[in-house]
Amino acid sequence: MQFAFTEEQDLIREAAQTFFREHGASQRVRAAMETPLGYDEGSWATMVREMGWAGIALPESVGGTGLGNVELAILQEEAGRCVQPSPFFSTVCLAAPAIRHAGTPAQQESLLGPIATGEARAALALTGAGGAPGLEGIGVTLERSGRKSRLVGEASYVVHGHAADLLVVAARSPGSRGAEGVSLIALPAGTKGVRIEKLVALDLTRPMARIRLENVEVTTTQILGEPEAAAAALTQALRLAQIALAAEQTGGAQGALETTTAYAKQRVQFGRAIGSFQAIKHRLADMMIAAEAAKSAAYYAACIADTAIGELAEAAAIAKSRCSDAFFDCAANMVQLHGGIGFTWEHDAQLYFKRARASSTLLGTPQYHRELLAQLMGLGAAS
Amino acid sequence: MRLDFSPQEETFRREAATWLEGQLSGPFADLRTGRAHDISAPERRKEWERALGRARWSAIGWPEEYGGRNATLAEQVIFAEEYARARAPGRLGHLGIELCGPTILALGTEAQKRRFLPKMSAGEEYWCQGYSEPNAGSDLSNVRTRARLEKGPNGPEWVIEGQKTWTSLAQFADWCFLVTRTEEGSTGARGLSYLLVPMHQKGVTIRPIRQMTGEAEFNETFFDGARTAAENVVGAPGEGWKVAMATLSFERGASTLAQQMGFRNQLDAIIGAAKDNGAARDPLIRQRLAEAYAGLKIMRASSLRMLTSAQSGKLSPEAFTYKIFWATWHRKLGELAMDVLGPAGELGTAAPYELQELTKMFLFSRADTIYAGTNQVQRNIIAERALGLPKEPRGGA
Ligand SMILES: Cc1cc2nc3c(=O)[nH]c(=O)nc-3n(C[C@H](O)[C@H](O)[C@H](O)COP(=O)(O)OP(=O)(O)OC[C@H]3O[C@@H](n4cnc5c(N)ncnc54)[C@H](O)[C@@H]3O)c2cc1C
Repeated sequence: MQFAFTEEQDLIREAAQTFFREHGASQRVRAAMETPLGYDEGSWATMVREMGWAGIALPESVGGTGLGNVELAILQEEAGRCVQPSPFFSTVCLAAPAIRHAGTPAQQESLLGPIATGEARAALALTGAGGAPGLEGIGVTLERSGRKSRLVGEASYVVHGHAADLLVVAARSPGSRGAEGVSLIALPAGTKGVRIEKLVALDLTRPMARIRLENVEVTTTQILGEPEAAAAALTQALRLAQIALAAEQTGGAQGALETTTAYAKQRVQFGRAIGSFQAIKHRLADMMIAAEAAKSAAYYAACIADTAIGELAEAAAIAKSRCSDAFFDCAANMVQLHGGIGFTWEHDAQLYFKRARASSTLLGTPQYHRELLAQLMGLGAAS
Repeated sequence: MRLDFSPQEETFRREAATWLEGQLSGPFADLRTGRAHDISAPERRKEWERALGRARWSAIGWPEEYGGRNATLAEQVIFAEEYARARAPGRLGHLGIELCGPTILALGTEAQKRRFLPKMSAGEEYWCQGYSEPNAGSDLSNVRTRARLEKGPNGPEWVIEGQKTWTSLAQFADWCFLVTRTEEGSTGARGLSYLLVPMHQKGVTIRPIRQMTGEAEFNETFFDGARTAAENVVGAPGEGWKVAMATLSFERGASTLAQQMGFRNQLDAIIGAAKDNGAARDPLIRQRLAEAYAGLKIMRASSLRMLTSAQSGKLSPEAFTYKIFWATWHRKLGELAMDVLGPAGELGTAAPYELQELTKMFLFSRADTIYAGTNQVQRNIIAERALGLPKEPRGGA
């Protein structure tokens, strides 16, 4: 039992902090977010090619670094601290675990290899127009007849879908429900019949796309693992993604706290720094309490994911609900404690506030995760 | 970063669990309550403390010469968890073992260690904390109790005058660790000393104060010419503030994990009640139960973070937030208990004022955000020490 980061993990964090000080600087984030692509290609290339971060949690057999979810959480936390936009989350935290848990060894090698080296950006097409989280929200149907299969339908909230080379599509067999009939399909974004439309998203630092599939033909080799048997793998991958997202939210909460604390020391009203008013001090203290609790939840969950002790489902639900709430509280306080400037487009408070709201919804709201937790706790069904 | 325990540590866990089970299903079966605040059978509780001491389970983190086992942090964590899992009773000796003992270990003289620690861990001497006074609560440095050195029959002695209040467990205590002013005319944090004072003497009077729960766990304590030997001062005379603050930092020790397991037992009782009376189907109650459960898991993770870094001498940021987090969590748990129980929770069990366990917990949890630094004071500390914001202005005299 050593619930502290190792020296090696501290070094990873330091490297990440150095990287994001430059690549996550406010002007750079804002410039990138206004481009059609929504992120800085140079920064992305450095992250995945020079730093080798895309493969951090992937096994060495597919070209990864062979580290784990704790290391991934560190990177996510530092990225979240400056709300840096990039397809890292969609590629490394969402699509890659789906491939890893559902794919055959051969599929893993051919699909994860290019992700690990940074050649491929990927996205997970999961949630249909209805927006329900998890397997219930799948909006694409896989119609199978003999060796040929076709994808029909739409996924509407595909994070960085417009920038993906590879789509991992979650689909259901017609009329299936729950854990039954769920398949995962690897689909190059350029496949005939795939229409990708970048949407205007509340959070400009994490664009989303709508992906329409109009009778897209897929071969058996594109189906990850066995057809109609991917529910467990997808669920597992989503839990890992929730933990990685929770770590990012933790960083967001910390970033909001740091910026707001600095402002409270410098802004003077009534002849004194606003940070000397107890009403402000106590709010900042509450932000720190929330941010530290969020860190504990995220580190705990990442640790569970790596050591396979304890319940991953539970840890993911705890982390995603708590970190979502903590980030939103901190971002909301960031706006409030900045006063008028906090409401402007020009100030970064809006970026944190919107990221907080959007990431709270993404992969299930806090309420959704608490209800999951209630079921895991054995409370039975709700009335 | 890892959360699992080694095979040797698991062996240690079994050893601890076996001993606890043997005692609590055997000679101490009547104490298997898991209750933290229970002053109903003090003599039995002292027997339990002595049994712990004899088997060296009383203060396992201490050096062997003082009755401990030199246990590692992981072992202390394990023992704390097994202690609560076995539903062993709250420790009557905790003010000595958790607060005064570690202070003497860190800052006391060799002679003080040899004199006080073995009797503490053996359950032979009990302690109380004499900090608060009628006019020194959150503003502890406003202490007025005074002590001066005088010649006594066996050498110089401190002679103490003043009043302490809210002194928990003073009625069972043999000794008090007392913050008192020893420099004439000094104010604030300067000129205070940390004295160790025997309670059984003419100059000490204790008056119980009845609490909201109906019980009297805390007291008013009067010192009228009470005496203690000159050498019974921890740290240098006049440097008592530093020592008093060090004591407070020990409140974040491994025993906090036992406290959490106690919380777990309370949460389980609430869940059980919710399933029985149908509250568990209510979507809002479900959200709050899940939130409580999540908070408890986070508390454990935070304390493991805090304890792991304390081992390498670091004070990590979550340590600042730990007290207010658990206190607020527990206070909310009390409210949740009452909402789950409904009107039935508001009925007592016996005259004159016996309440159900969870109802008592609801009341007692209101104190959690007051003692050991109120929530407001905790926020000031976080803001000033962790975030570096300007200090609160002090009023004039
Ligand atoms: C169950 C229980 C057991 C206790 N046991 C012991 C014991 O064994 N030994 C012992 O010495 N003491 C003990 N105490 C006393 C405890 O430490 C004090 O009650 C506590 O420090 C608060 O002091 P006070 O009661 O004087 O309240 P006050 O300090 O008068 O506080 C009143 C209110 O003012 C607020 N306040 C005060 N200062 C500030 C500030 N600077 N900024 C914002 N708000 C402020 C407080 O938060 C509180 O809400 C115990 C208390 C309880 C409830």
